Amino acid sequence: MFLAIIQRLWQMLFVMFGISVLVFLIFFATPGADPASRIAGRGASAEILEAVRKSFGLDQPIYVQYFTMMKKIFITGDLTSFVNRGWKVVPAVLDTIPVTISLVMGAAILWVVFSMIIGTVAAATKDSWLDRSLMILGLIGISMPVFWLGEVMNLVTQSRFHDTWMFSWVPPLGYKNFTDGPKAWFLTLVIPWFTLAILYIGLYGRVLRANLIEAMQEDFVRTARAKGLSETRILLRHALRTSLISFVTLFGLDFGALVGGSALLTEVVFNLHGIGKLTYDALLNLDLPIIMTTVIFASFFVVMANALVDVLYIVLDPRVRKA
Amino acid sequence: MLEVRDLRVSFSSEQGLMRAIDGVSFTVGEGEILGLVGESGSGKTVSLLAVMGLINDPNAVIEGSIKFKGRELVGMPNAEMRKLRGREIAMIFQDPMTALTPVYTIGWQIAEQILQHQNISKSAARQKAIDLLAEVNIPNPADAIDRYPHQLSGGMRQRAVIAMALSCNPSLLVADEPTTALDVTVQAQILDLVRKLQRNHKSAVVFITHDMGVIAEIADRVMVMYGGRIVERGLRNELFLNPKHPYTKALLDSIPPLEGEKPKRLRAISGSPPSLLNRPTGCCFGPRCVFRFDACSAQPELGKLEHSAACFLEGAR
Amino acid sequence: MTALIFFILILASCLSAPLYANWAGVNPFTSTLDATIMLDGKQTAVMEQSTEGLGLGYNPIGPTWQLGNYFLGADNQGRDVMARLLYGGWTSIIIASGATILTLLFATVLGLTAGFFGGVTDMILSRILDILWAFPVYLLAISLSIVMIAHGIDIGPFTIESGSLWLPVFIIGVIYIPYVARPIRGQVLSLRESEFVLAAISLGVPSHRILFRDILPNVTTTLIVFVPLMMALNMLTESALSFLSIGVQPPDASWGTIIQDGQGLLYSRPWVALAPGIAIVITVLALNVLGDGLRDALDPRSKVKLGRG
Repeated sequence: MFLAIIQRLWQMLFVMFGISVLVFLIFFATPGADPASRIAGRGASAEILEAVRKSFGLDQPIYVQYFTMMKKIFITGDLTSFVNRGWKVVPAVLDTIPVTISLVMGAAILWVVFSMIIGTVAAATKDSWLDRSLMILGLIGISMPVFWLGEVMNLVTQSRFHDTWMFSWVPPLGYKNFTDGPKAWFLTLVIPWFTLAILYIGLYGRVLRANLIEAMQEDFVRTARAKGLSETRILLRHALRTSLISFVTLFGLDFGALVGGSALLTEVVFNLHGIGKLTYDALLNLDLPIIMTTVIFASFFVVMANALVDVLYIVLDPRVRKA
Repeated sequence: MLEVRDLRVSFSSEQGLMRAIDGVSFTVGEGEILGLVGESGSGKTVSLLAVMGLINDPNAVIEGSIKFKGRELVGMPNAEMRKLRGREIAMIFQDPMTALTPVYTIGWQIAEQILQHQNISKSAARQKAIDLLAEVNIPNPADAIDRYPHQLSGGMRQRAVIAMALSCNPSLLVADEPTTALDVTVQAQILDLVRKLQRNHKSAVVFITHDMGVIAEIADRVMVMYGGRIVERGLRNELFLNPKHPYTKALLDSIPPLEGEKPKRLRAISGSPPSLLNRPTGCCFGPRCVFRFDACSAQPELGKLEHSAACFLEGAR
Repeated sequence: MTALIFFILILASCLSAPLYANWAGVNPFTSTLDATIMLDGKQTAVMEQSTEGLGLGYNPIGPTWQLGNYFLGADNQGRDVMARLLYGGWTSIIIASGATILTLLFATVLGLTAGFFGGVTDMILSRILDILWAFPVYLLAISLSIVMIAHGIDIGPFTIESGSLWLPVFIIGVIYIPYVARPIRGQVLSLRESEFVLAAISLGVPSHRILFRDILPNVTTTLIVFVPLMMALNMLTESALSFLSIGVQPPDASWGTIIQDGQGLLYSRPWVALAPGIAIVITVLALNVLGDGLRDALDPRSKVKLGRG
């Protein structure tokens, strides 16, 4: 067990290292992508390019650049923006994390609760009209681009129906700190939470239904019936509990990916200054250090989430546990 | 105690109506062990699943009458059936590897059944589960109770399943091929265990198997099923010494004798079991029977005697 | 089946985009700020002088709901949204299909090699796939896009100009490789252990023959089931990248870029953004239904599980 954890950690470190190298190579060593010309702007003269290279340390060998960069991100934490010189990148990235976590946590609670209800109800009423309509709704949820859904939500709640009783409570776009007032924080996030959650409600609802129906065919369900348990208890305590294992795996991966930047589109549409929005803004003015840092941080988050899922897996599934 | 009369179970499928059970009648008395033999698809499991009310295929049609302690089970509402299941009638399944929910300890699963039917505290249920595990000869029951199914061997799991089935002192225990998935040595232990427990708990047991050897060891009375019908029934010794139906005889001939001269080749039954979709008219063993004659195109009925066979030749031989 | 017909209808209408533009007499790729159209017998400007505030700027015309006559209105450059929608749909579908082909091709090669040869090859390939897998897809796509969008790529004989449609095809195709390669590798691994392959090996059948005659046909079913699902996923990814302005580059249009065009007009002319979104939902829905149907028909034990996106 201890050995397995060490092995898992080692693997995690390896993947993190791989990702940092990959990101670095994409930005600084892709053929034709010269970061100096990015900084200097189009049509800069050769002397300016040379000066820029020297000033940003881009004239050094690529591996030296890599280690300098990593040192600045992880050890000294004094990496500065290319665009806004002197602006420290690492604290800026850390500042955005509470926003992203607030957004993703809320959405996650919504999607876990709703998808569990939908999946279980659909499985219990298999092949009925209720099951069919729930599954079609789920499929529609999966098929909607999240940024477009966000815009439609904005259109409805900020403009078209903003003056009616239904949505007059919706505050203008943007994030309010939790510490400045939980109510304002909550209200600004309600619509983004639902927007982000809808895709996952559809996805998880469908996956859970399929898993439940599969589990209800298992022999142990027949045993449970022979024990005289009620159908509800069999569905919830035996089938659902067994299906939760794959549910949790999926959840961990998606949660990690969302905190690690997949919530970007939602953050952009609702103007929430999370890690994704920071990346997007840096994207618009090609601020490479910021993008590098957010991408590296984000992927590390994903890797850690994956490792956490494996641990959770051990807790949930006794078969994986070693005696 | 259990009285099954003219039970018919059929499934409607895309290919047409499938008759799994075609008019089966039998009784099980208090505390007796009834052996039910037949090859796969002969309807032995389905008929007992019908007794348990565990056929929940929406395409299934169950007709006839199943009386348990005077109560009619066919058409009984599920909520009432549930109170019988696990308490009065319990079942042991074929494959102990998949019969237990993998994510709970065996103690939890046994206690779950006890708590479902009896109004006792959780700790009392747990103590009872430990006692039950001890009774089925699981070493270290207080420790084994917190084991997950995957941590036990097949034989141990089957013991746990048996302990669970006996947890509410059922008056009828249905054992559906409980030894088929196990090693031969373990098989013998489980058979001994079932017999011992049957004596202690005074439950009646219906023992389903396709193995004549197992039947010979455990059953008081034997019923042979073929193609969804009972073809012969009788006390064990009578049936083994003096089989009346050609099918029973063929089954016994396919086992090597323990004493006397060994035959060069064991005799197999030629042909294959009837399709449930379009069964032959008349005796369903007819197409494979060496004694077949004109009368066999009509359906032979089981006689009223204690030992009788559904065959026109019954009296003749 | 209905889904397939639906998808073909969408495909056909997108193909007819040039016909529509010709018939309507609009050019969907150049700004036409001073165009006028006949509306209810009156000459109306496509771009009206704004009446709000200082009267600066223009308001594009809203939907007329008359086919061929700025059916869905104009965007902020006075271009016919309906014509752009049809052209954009074609672009979106091309990119989605191109990326799907690329992904499946590379994933099959990688999955087959890793799964069949095993050993060191498998270890190296699996580790690379692990890294790609841990990378959040959108961030990987963004990273690749920013670097490539300005300069294109140039790897040996393989060159893609910046602004080319092949760039998003390449990027989207690359990021989803691990999604397909991993299940394929798993399947090949189990096929390799299957009795018919072991029998072939013990008979001395050369390995390339086993690979192409025994293993590939078995993997093909999985690949076919992946096609519509990957198309759907790619469609959504393309629209997201284009929405972030790192996908399809102007003057080309895709459903994603039209939504972005419509973002600024969201409260005044919502149809510019609504229409392409609805088009995406319908198309992706049709593809997903198609995928579900294919899976039920070809892969009843559902080995293919695609969902993360």
